[in-house]
Amino acid sequence: MARILIDKLRHAYVQNPQKPEDYALKEMSLELADGGAYALLGPSGCGKTTLLNLISGLLHPTEGRILFDDTDVGQLTPEQRNIAQVFQFPVVYDTMTVYDNLAFPLKNRGVPAGEIDSRVREIAGMLDLGPTLNKRAAGLTADGKQKISLGRGLVRSDVNVIMFDEPLTVIDPHLKWVLRSKLKELHHRINRTMIYVTHDQTEALTFADRVVVMNLGEVVQVGTPVELFERPAHTFVGHFIGSPGMNALPCTVENGRPTFLGHAVPIPGEIRLPNDGGRLEIGIRPEFIKFSGLESGPTIAVEVTKVSDAGRFRIVETRAQEHRIRLLVPEGDPVPSGAAQLRFDPKHTHLYRDGWLVG
Amino acid sequence: MRKRSIVPIVYILFLMLPIYWLVTMSFKTTNEILGGFTPWPQSFTLDNYRKIFNDPTWYMGYVASIEYVAINTVLSVAVALPAAYAFSRYRFLGDKHMFFWLLTNRMAPAAVFALPFYQLYSAVGLFDTPWAVALSHTLFNIPLAVWILEGFMSGVPKELDETAYVDGYSFPRFFIKIFIPTIAAGIGVACFFCFMFSWVEMLLAKTLTAVAAKPIAALMTKTASTSGYELGLLAAAGTLTLIPGAVVIYFVRNYIAKGFALGRV
Amino acid sequence: MNKTVNQKAWFLVLPVFLFVAFNAIIPLMTVVNYSVQETFGNNIFSWSGVQWFQDTLQSDRFHASLGRQLMFTAIILAIEIPLGLAIALAMPRKGPWVSVCLVLMALPLLIPWNVVGSMWNVFALPEIGLMGRGLNALGFDFNYTRQPGDAWFTIVLMDVWHWTSLVVLLCYAGLVAIPNDYYQAAKIDGASAWAVFRFIQLPKLKRVLTIAILLRFMDSFMIYTEVQVLTGGGPGSSTTFLSIDLFKVALGQFDLGPAGAMSIIYFLIILAMSWVFYTLMMRNEAK
Repeated sequence: MARILIDKLRHAYVQNPQKPEDYALKEMSLELADGGAYALLGPSGCGKTTLLNLISGLLHPTEGRILFDDTDVGQLTPEQRNIAQVFQFPVVYDTMTVYDNLAFPLKNRGVPAGEIDSRVREIAGMLDLGPTLNKRAAGLTADGKQKISLGRGLVRSDVNVIMFDEPLTVIDPHLKWVLRSKLKELHHRINRTMIYVTHDQTEALTFADRVVVMNLGEVVQVGTPVELFERPAHTFVGHFIGSPGMNALPCTVENGRPTFLGHAVPIPGEIRLPNDGGRLEIGIRPEFIKFSGLESGPTIAVEVTKVSDAGRFRIVETRAQEHRIRLLVPEGDPVPSGAAQLRFDPKHTHLYRDGWLVG
Repeated sequence: MRKRSIVPIVYILFLMLPIYWLVTMSFKTTNEILGGFTPWPQSFTLDNYRKIFNDPTWYMGYVASIEYVAINTVLSVAVALPAAYAFSRYRFLGDKHMFFWLLTNRMAPAAVFALPFYQLYSAVGLFDTPWAVALSHTLFNIPLAVWILEGFMSGVPKELDETAYVDGYSFPRFFIKIFIPTIAAGIGVACFFCFMFSWVEMLLAKTLTAVAAKPIAALMTKTASTSGYELGLLAAAGTLTLIPGAVVIYFVRNYIAKGFALGRV
Repeated sequence: MNKTVNQKAWFLVLPVFLFVAFNAIIPLMTVVNYSVQETFGNNIFSWSGVQWFQDTLQSDRFHASLGRQLMFTAIILAIEIPLGLAIALAMPRKGPWVSVCLVLMALPLLIPWNVVGSMWNVFALPEIGLMGRGLNALGFDFNYTRQPGDAWFTIVLMDVWHWTSLVVLLCYAGLVAIPNDYYQAAKIDGASAWAVFRFIQLPKLKRVLTIAILLRFMDSFMIYTEVQVLTGGGPGSSTTFLSIDLFKVALGQFDLGPAGAMSIIYFLIILAMSWVFYTLMMRNEAK
C-alpha cells in the first residue's frame, strides 16, 4: 500500500534525447492517493502505456523521480517495487493448473504453504474461479484466463499497486460489463491502489474515481468523471470524452467578454488571459445547448442541417455561417426545421486559448 | 546479455572452422597441402579454380545441378499449391490418410529407392537427364511443400475465400489473383526448402546420372578417386558449391526464422 | 477452422497424388518384388516367400547395423536438441546481429551432403587437417581412418556441425513468437530465469521441438552420403549404418532379395517410429 508520487518525470525511448519530440512522455508531475482507483485515458500512442510501464518498473525513466511513499523506486525492478500488472492479452502459464497459476507469485517469494493455500482459495472465491481450480489453465476461455492474470496480482497481500493495461481488449462484449463490475467490486473489497489504462471512455469513467487524461505524451487533465465532463481543462478532453464531443467555436474577446459571430457569450467565471494572442475558442457540450424562442436573452441564429436519432435523445447538427454546432434534444421535444435560435447555458460555457481552459 | 552472446559466437566459430579449412585449402598447391600443416596458404594460387573454369565437364556440372534444382522447385511447389489448398479448406474421403501417406514419403530413405529409381528412370528413358533427378526429388519435396503450404494457408481466414466468391470470382481467378499473393511468404518458404533439399541431396542425384547431367558436387568425389589425390582441386570445387546456398540464404535472411517454423508457430 | 466436406477437392490433390504415386508406388513394388524372389541373374526369378525377411531379421549383420543406427540417432538427438535449444535461448532477439547469426548458422544446411563429408574428411585428417592435426598436437592419438572410436567421434561431430542449426532456427522461431507480455508478467510474478524457461519458454516451444525431433530422427536414421564419403562405413564396419549396409548388399554384392527385404524392414521401422511421433503431435494439437 502506498501513495504514488510522480515528480517531473520524462521518458524517451531514443538514447540521448535532444528535441522535445524525442520524448514519448513529456515532463509531468502527478500524485496518486493510496487506495484510489485511477484510469489513464487517451488515444493510442498518447504515452499512457509508457507511463504505466514506468510506474511498474518495466521501463526506467530518463529523467525525474517516482516515489512510492517516500522511497524513490525509479531504478528498482518490478519485483522490488512490489506491484502487480494485468496485460492486454491474458498471460497464463499453460502447463499449470489454475491453482498453481494463482500460487506462482507467492511460491516465488517463499511464502509458507499453508498461507499460500488460504490466499489462493480466498482469491479464487472472489473471482468465481473456485470450480476450475484443478483444471489446466490452458483450457479456459479468454475471460477466465484474464481472471487468472488478475488473480495472480490479487493473491499477494502486500502489493503497492495493481495495474491494468487495457485488460478487456480480448473479452467478449457481454462479458466486458461483468468483468468491469467485478473489478469495481474488488476495488471496494480490497481497497488497494489500482491504475487502469484504456482508450475507452466508458471503461475509464465507470471504473475510476479519478481519471488522468493524456494526449501526445502529456497529461491534459486529472479529475473526477464529473469534472472532466463539466469543466474540460483542454478542448482535447472535451472532444475525447462525451459522445458527441464538445463544440469548439472560434471567438474573440471584446470588452472582456467572449464574442462569437458578433454575439457576446456569457461565461461563469473571470477570464484569465495573461497576454494577447493565441487561438481563442468557446467550448460548450451539446448537452448544454437548447433551442430557444426569440423572447429571452442572447441567442445565436443557426440553420438546422441534420437530425439523427440516438435513442433517448436526438443529435441535431446546425450551422452558424461556416461553423458546425451540435446539440442534444431529449426524445419528444420538438426540433425546428430550417432557421432556429440556440441558447448556450452560461454555467457550462468555457473559454479556451490554444486549447487550454482560460475561463 | 553480454555474457550470453558468448554461446552463439563460439557456435558460429565452430561452424566456420571446417569451412575455413576447405576454402584455404582451395588456394593451396597440392605440394603444400601434402607437404605438411600450414594454417593458411603459403604460396597462394588460383590454379585450382582456373582448372575448373577451363574444363567443361566441371562447369557443366554446375549447370546440371542448377537445372534439376530449378525444375524440381517449380514442379514441387506448383503441384503442391492446389493440394495444400484442398487439405487446408476441405474435408474429403481419405483426406487424413492421404496426408499421412504423403508425409511418409518424406520418411523414405533414399538408399531404399536408389536402385528401383535407377531401373524406373532407365525404363522410361530419362536416365542421365536433369528431369530424372528433378522428378525423383519430388518424392520428398512435394510432401514437404504440401505440408509447409498447408500450414501457411490454414492461417488465412476462410472469409477471404468466401468474400471473393461473393464478389463473383471464379475459383481459378480467385486462386491466382487473390490467394497466391496472400500466401506469398509461404510460397517463398516452400521454394526455399525445395531448393535446399534438392540441392543438398546427392545419393539419388548421383545414382540417376552418368555423364551429361552429373551434378557438380558429385563430380567432386569422382575426381577425388579417379585423378589421384588432388585435394586442392577438390577443395576448390567444394568451395564453389557453397556459393549458391549462401546466395539463397542471403536473399531470405529476413524470413529465415519464421520460415524454419514452417508457418506453424 | 471448420472445413466443409467437398469430394471435388480430390481433383486438387490429384496431381500430387499422381507424382508421388509414380515415384513411390512403382519403386516400392519393385522392392517388394525382389524381397520375395530368388534370382540367379539373367532376369530369372523364382518365388522365395518370406525367406529373405527371416534371414534379414535373424542376421547378426543386420542387428549390428540397426544397433549402430539406433545408437547414432540417440547420440545426435541427445546432443543436438539440448544444444540447439541452448543456443537459441542465448541468441539476441533483435538488432543487426540477428540476421548475421541466422545467415551464418544456416550455411551448413545448404551444403551438398557429399561436400559436407569431403569437408570433414580433409578437416579431420591426422596429418594435414586442422582438426586432426590439432587433436594430435594436444596429445590425443587421433586417427579416424584407423580407430573406430575416433571415427564415431568425427561422424557425431560432423552431424552436430551439420544439423544443430536446424534445431536452433526452429527453436529461435518459436522463441520470437512468444509475446513480450509473458516475460513481463513473469518478472512481476518474481519468477526466476529457470521458472521462465520451465513454465513459459519450454511449453511454448513444444510444437517446434516436436518438429525438430521428428525431422532429426528421420534424417539421422536415413544418413548415407556424408558418412559414406567420410569413412565409407569403416574402419571395418564400425560406422556402417543401415543405409550404408543396404547399399553394400544391393549394389556391392547385388543381393537383390536380401536388399529388398532389408529395405522394407528399414522403411517400416522409420514409419512406425514416425507414426508414434506424429500421433503424439496431433494429440497435443487437439488439446
